[in-house]
Amino acid sequence: MTRTILRGKAHVYGRAHINTDEIIPARHLNVHEETELAKHAMEDIDTAFVARVREGDILLAGDDFGCGSSREHAVWALRGAGIRVVVASSFARIFFRNAINNGFLAIECPEAATFAESGDDLEVDLKAGLLRNLTRQREARFVPLTDFAEALLAVGGLLPYIQAKALKEGA
Amino acid sequence: MGQTLTEKLLAAHCGRDFVVPGEIINATLDLVICHEVTTPPAVEMLKKLGITKVFDPSKILVTPDHFVPNKDIRSAELASALRRWREEQGIARYYEVGNHGICHALAPEQGHVLPGQTIVCGDSHTTTMGALGTFATGIGSTDLAAALATGELWFKVPETMRIDLEGPLPFGVYSKDIILALIARIGVDGARYMAMEYGGSALQSLSMEARFTITNMAIEAGGKNGVMPADAVAEAYVKARTDEPYTVFHADADAAYASRFSLDVGALEPMVALPSLPSNGRFVGEVPPDRMDQVYIGSCTNGRLEDLRIAASILKGNKVARGTRAIVVPATTEVWKQAMREGLLEIFADAGCVVSTATCGACLGGHMGVLGPGERCLSTTNRNFMGRMGSTKSLVYLASPATAAATAIAGVIADPRDYLPRPLLPEPCPADGKPVLVAAGADEYLWGV
Repeated sequence: MTRTILRGKAHVYGRAHINTDEIIPARHLNVHEETELAKHAMEDIDTAFVARVREGDILLAGDDFGCGSSREHAVWALRGAGIRVVVASSFARIFFRNAINNGFLAIECPEAATFAESGDDLEVDLKAGLLRNLTRQREARFVPLTDFAEALLAVGGLLPYIQAKALKEGA
Repeated sequence: MGQTLTEKLLAAHCGRDFVVPGEIINATLDLVICHEVTTPPAVEMLKKLGITKVFDPSKILVTPDHFVPNKDIRSAELASALRRWREEQGIARYYEVGNHGICHALAPEQGHVLPGQTIVCGDSHTTTMGALGTFATGIGSTDLAAALATGELWFKVPETMRIDLEGPLPFGVYSKDIILALIARIGVDGARYMAMEYGGSALQSLSMEARFTITNMAIEAGGKNGVMPADAVAEAYVKARTDEPYTVFHADADAAYASRFSLDVGALEPMVALPSLPSNGRFVGEVPPDRMDQVYIGSCTNGRLEDLRIAASILKGNKVARGTRAIVVPATTEVWKQAMREGLLEIFADAGCVVSTATCGACLGGHMGVLGPGERCLSTTNRNFMGRMGSTKSLVYLASPATAAATAIAGVIADPRDYLPRPLLPEPCPADGKPVLVAAGADEYLWGV
């Protein structure tokens, strides 16, 4: 986590239980390259999603985002498409785990589903723990990351974390 | 304060006397299961990091299962990457096409799953194996890479939801109906981040195969794991397959549960989960008799031998309805072979079903029965999300193998109780700990055992 303030356009999918089959359908699981997966991100919900997303954008979602299959391809597809951070009312367990294991920000904010309209300019202030809607001049507090999640995000994910730990223990 | 079964299992694997829900621990792993979709990305990650050896080849099990046999060139590349890697690493527990199976059914069937273990796999239905008193959970590919490199993984200790299954299971009602009823009650995120621990008198009377169906779908309620105590039924199942030693853990009587409730299975009827969430379960009598283009009997949820026996007892001497296709997918090669020996495959073929090799197949819209736009399928699988089995304009209904077989004959959603042979024998007796069938005697009637 090199930056503490992230800015991007909102892409709002406020429905609860958006599952990983919707984020990246199984018919595309015969590849795992991020750029390939990115072409099909969210296509079963919104075929225009990929064309609209710009690098650094923010996805807002409702409860239980990323439920279902454990496929990490869901995180890779969103990141490949340009999404920098997902803010959801709540996350399904494996999606959240996959996100922070990848050093990808998944932030829980109870108001996420209704906080913005697609296209609004948003700001995620990690230090202050605030989500700001610059278009509508409002802000919401999000659930702080755990120390462990912070530690993973700081080094870029689980594998760098383990490597760093192994080096430290070996030294 | 006592501990739940999941807390006991996790504490034992991080060298502690107890763990507390919410804390992050590092647990050692006893079994890491690998298939061709989520393993190749993990292997690439390890290569990039310069990690050339897995932590312990003897604790890894490998089988291709999702797109078996290869469905296209890209899935062939994934399968051969898996094959090359396991050769490089000298992993002996490898099930090649021809001996393969859906990993969650294959691993316990082949005696690799022992009570007391911690098990991970890059697949959300890993929870299945918790029915043998293990901590088993699904992970992504990065977790899998870490697990393969170190033999350990971080876990947030989950809170436990305790579910007591009580009462005698009525005729025509199976473990699939229990889990669909439970998810209808608590919702698809009713157990989010939680361990789902089962107990109760009805659980004791369920066969091991029936139990796997329940823990298989923990993830459909958002659960981290599903777990059942390894009782006499479980131990008989394990001992029939392996001589490996193991440790049985039990929840303490004063364990602290985040929530606890009973489910009266005696009040249940056959269930159908309507599109497009597993929580849309209704009694079959309350469901409109919609026409089905396809019936799918199989998967890690309901592709075991007992499931096929029940379906065959209904399909025997009948024909699949005109306008409906029925696809039967045994979960493992061994199930396929045993079904052949018992004459089940012949019953299916005579009824007009397609019988496939073991594969995850169309459960996830892969191959062997993918749905087109506007099509409806009643399936014994675990998820009926929009587009799960193919087109986003297709619809999936979830039910037991009995309901699926009845529906195949009727061509519309049908009540299996109208088709099942009536039992000749009274209630089975679980007192001797022998596995008993939930089929309310259907098997005794047909197979004379």
